[in-house]
Amino acid sequence: MPKKTFKQAITEAHFLEMRRDPRVIVMGEDVAGGQGASGEADAWGGSEGATKGLYTEFGPSRVLDTPLTESAFIGAAVGAATQGLRPVADLMFFDFIGVCFDQLYNQAAKFRYMFGGKAVTPVVVRAMIGAGFRAAAQHSQCLYPIVTHIPGLKVVIPSNPYDAKGLLIQAIRDDDPVIFLEHKLLYGVTGEVPDDSYTVPFGEANVLREGKDVTIVALGLMVQVAMDAAKELDTLGIKATVIDPRTTSPLDLETIVESVEETGHLVIVDESSPRCNIATDIAAQVADQAFHALRGPIKMVTPPHTPVPFSPVLEDLYIPRAEHVVTAVQATVPAKKKGN
Amino acid sequence: MNASIQSINMPKWGMSMSEGKLVKWLVSEGDAIKPGQEIMEVETDKITNVVEAQDAGILRRRVAAEDETLPVGALLAVLADASVADSEIDQYVDANRVVAVDADGETSLISKIQVDGRTVNIMDSGGESDKAFLLIHGFGGDLNNWLFNFEELAKHERTIAIDLPGHGQSSKDVGDGAAVNLIAAVDGVIDALGLKAVHFVGHSMGGMVAALAVIGRPAVAGSLTLLAPAGFTTPVNEAYLASFIAADDRKEMKRVLSDLFAEPSVVTRDMVNDVLQYKRIDGVNAALGLLASNALKAPEAGGLAAQLSGLGCPVRIFWGAEDKVIPPPQSDAVYAAFDISVIDGKGHMLHMEAASDLNAAILQQLATD
Amino acid sequence: MQLSKEQLKLAYQRMRQIRVFEDRLHLEFTRGQIPGFVHLYAGQEASAVGVCMHLTDQDTISSTHRGHGHCIAKGCDIDGMMLEIYGRKEGLCGGKGGSMHIADLSKGMLGANGIVGGGPPLICGAALAAKTLGTGAVAVCFTGDGGSNQGTTLEALNLASVWKLPAVFVFENNGYAESTASHWSVSSKQIVKRADAFGMPGARVDGHDFFAVWEAVREAVERARAGEGPSLIEATTNRYYGHFEGDAQTYRAPGEVEKVKAEKDCLVHFRKRVTEAGLLSTADLDAIDGEVATQIDQAIEKALAGTLPTVADLTTDVYVRY
Repeated sequence: MPKKTFKQAITEAHFLEMRRDPRVIVMGEDVAGGQGASGEADAWGGSEGATKGLYTEFGPSRVLDTPLTESAFIGAAVGAATQGLRPVADLMFFDFIGVCFDQLYNQAAKFRYMFGGKAVTPVVVRAMIGAGFRAAAQHSQCLYPIVTHIPGLKVVIPSNPYDAKGLLIQAIRDDDPVIFLEHKLLYGVTGEVPDDSYTVPFGEANVLREGKDVTIVALGLMVQVAMDAAKELDTLGIKATVIDPRTTSPLDLETIVESVEETGHLVIVDESSPRCNIATDIAAQVADQAFHALRGPIKMVTPPHTPVPFSPVLEDLYIPRAEHVVTAVQATVPAKKKGN
Repeated sequence: MNASIQSINMPKWGMSMSEGKLVKWLVSEGDAIKPGQEIMEVETDKITNVVEAQDAGILRRRVAAEDETLPVGALLAVLADASVADSEIDQYVDANRVVAVDADGETSLISKIQVDGRTVNIMDSGGESDKAFLLIHGFGGDLNNWLFNFEELAKHERTIAIDLPGHGQSSKDVGDGAAVNLIAAVDGVIDALGLKAVHFVGHSMGGMVAALAVIGRPAVAGSLTLLAPAGFTTPVNEAYLASFIAADDRKEMKRVLSDLFAEPSVVTRDMVNDVLQYKRIDGVNAALGLLASNALKAPEAGGLAAQLSGLGCPVRIFWGAEDKVIPPPQSDAVYAAFDISVIDGKGHMLHMEAASDLNAAILQQLATD
Repeated sequence: MQLSKEQLKLAYQRMRQIRVFEDRLHLEFTRGQIPGFVHLYAGQEASAVGVCMHLTDQDTISSTHRGHGHCIAKGCDIDGMMLEIYGRKEGLCGGKGGSMHIADLSKGMLGANGIVGGGPPLICGAALAAKTLGTGAVAVCFTGDGGSNQGTTLEALNLASVWKLPAVFVFENNGYAESTASHWSVSSKQIVKRADAFGMPGARVDGHDFFAVWEAVREAVERARAGEGPSLIEATTNRYYGHFEGDAQTYRAPGEVEKVKAEKDCLVHFRKRVTEAGLLSTADLDAIDGEVATQIDQAIEKALAGTLPTVADLTTDVYVRY
């Protein structure tokens, strides 16, 4: 099977869906780039180049550069979705949600319910999340808990190239508004990605490995951190199950609970700020539904409750690492003999 | 090095296997081992299977421990005569413990052939020989279904496994879903590779395709080995086909796949995921639907047996006694007319469930040339 | 004058429907029959109807918290609206939206909107869909003097102009954003002056005068349909009731509303104009008044008799699939 980067998977999903369905359009700041300037058309192809080439193939009526005007173009994407298009809007950094949030949580998210089930709003909002880019406090946040909180929105956080392509195709075909969040540090990660179009359904967690001693749940970039920790735990005789929910809304709680019922221990790794985040949400729901199965405290591995710092020294300290996960597991799983 | 020392190593079952976990020893040190004897259970992320001895000897050393995960090729056990000194065994273990694995070795066996505008994906062990095993998987399967067979057969003869149209990495276009679309792909591969003596091995729907391919061009057929062939005397269980196509979550898929095996616990989460990933490719469910309602429902799909009698090449047929998808034939006349072996305690996936018996039987077909 | 007799009747009927609908709600609200917030449109009828007479079901409008008039003008079912306002299952939105969120997408009514400035970006999207799909439809954004100061509105005006969208932005300046006077809150005093800043034509019309609104919008809609881009229209109006039902309106000068009603009422103005020109007879108009009175009475009766939603309705319609 061909190997592709996370970014190539994202680009490919755009191409395949735009070829398949003429209602799919792409809009955002610099999604083509160079609009109105005298240089090259399609100069950028998105701030990270993930939409490069779309403008050349599909032209200005389907690949729309916008002014720096998040409220207007996110709202336009939402409005267009109610009228028969299937827009994919690139918000660039998810930190910019503050200047367009109303269009998402009061408009897109609410239409179907407020209008008695008669509205369909198939809009996708793509954005980058996560620390590690030395981009400091306003370009590094993992704000997915904010959108996960909103009924009517779906929230997708792929952790590898295969999922990125399948989840994005699903997002574009989905009839509900979808927030699709790409961790900046994953763009260069490679993995097997079929050339064909395929979907990965929402609300189906990926179980990356199975072990009987502890369940580790992780999202986005943290999935690799959890896998690294699981390898380290192997050497300590602790066998970990690693679960990537892939979507926080809908959330595949069933898979997590089933695993915790087997392992009795739960550790959640979440790069978002620690208060009211996905870790606290999963912890609360597991405690609510499967308290009987828990044989130790639920542990949460998150950054501290601070903005993301700039200095590389500080930022590296901020981001959860495998050793934090190992420590958290050891704090809930009783010590084992090797090979046990 | 003492030539009478034999090793048992971590097998490589399928392309994606890079390591395996020794689940359980089935023999003890000092036991006298016969070829084909089950030595240990090994679990991969896809499947759990037993490793069998290739050679006879005393099991002198269990090198790997239960629950230990080791790379493909790693030394698991040492067999030798009683005459070999313990010190020689120790030396052998020390010298052979570490293995280097060519992780991408099998990837290079994969190639794509264009047949009538469709891409047909194959795995070809290679060589110039115009004589080869041609392995054809069943409904919803792919060439990786031969993970316990491919390497073993390829040790003896050029071996080619095919992804039928609508399956694996081949085009998902199956035309109207009639068998002729699948046979065309098989013929295309034979022609493209210039094969002159083909030992067909087909499982389930692939058995039907192999049989029809042989009937269509008997001249290239060296032999025909059918594993639980579709349409031999009865059509495929329709409820199974329908539920395979309909399944779209892990629980349902697992239930459906469990019907394939006599021992349902061999169905792992990864096997389920692989099938779901395949089914979630655009066009796959539609293709499967067409095959189910055309190829597998055609008139000839109920009575291949009649067409196969009198073929020039040797035909051997194997069936699992506990096959829930295509149960073994009931009519005594069929057993009188054909060489049919019904294997106790096995289900529909004979080539996985009874791999070493099957491999041995398939290799015997070479002797018929 | 290019309106046919039938069109004039329809225009009058819709204005009359809005007036009676709102007057009746004002009354019923004081009886405690209606849950939640109600913002009445009475007094502004000529604006909604003057705009929507140019639109078909394929054209989209977005509306505001004061949306009943826009709904009726766009052809929403009056019984369904009333049932919705009473929170009944048979309401246009199944009782899940209420007064502030009445919508009927099949009529091109993209919803009343509880967020001031919520609609303008959406209407850019509706206009973009029309342009991309080549339907020839236009999208019209209704907002007010309050909405004219929202960042979303200003962004939407700019984007519509940059993308040359088939859109019309109608600012109904009724003089007040909640209790705050627009001549204080709108820095440019006249909203129409902002059109130039966004590179689009603008017109300021007397929103009490159906014919003035109709004529200005005709030009804007023609321009939009011809692919020449968006326009801005400011319609100066007055609301007869408070910001919301229960608003004591102490911020308004004594007699202010009464004076407007006496001098500028749009229905009176319309009647005078069409009868004097001999386009419609007093009998024609009286007949419509009678029909509308009966219709609204019946709508109230139906709403009161409507089914209340049940617990099963609570969790449906959040997602298409979840």
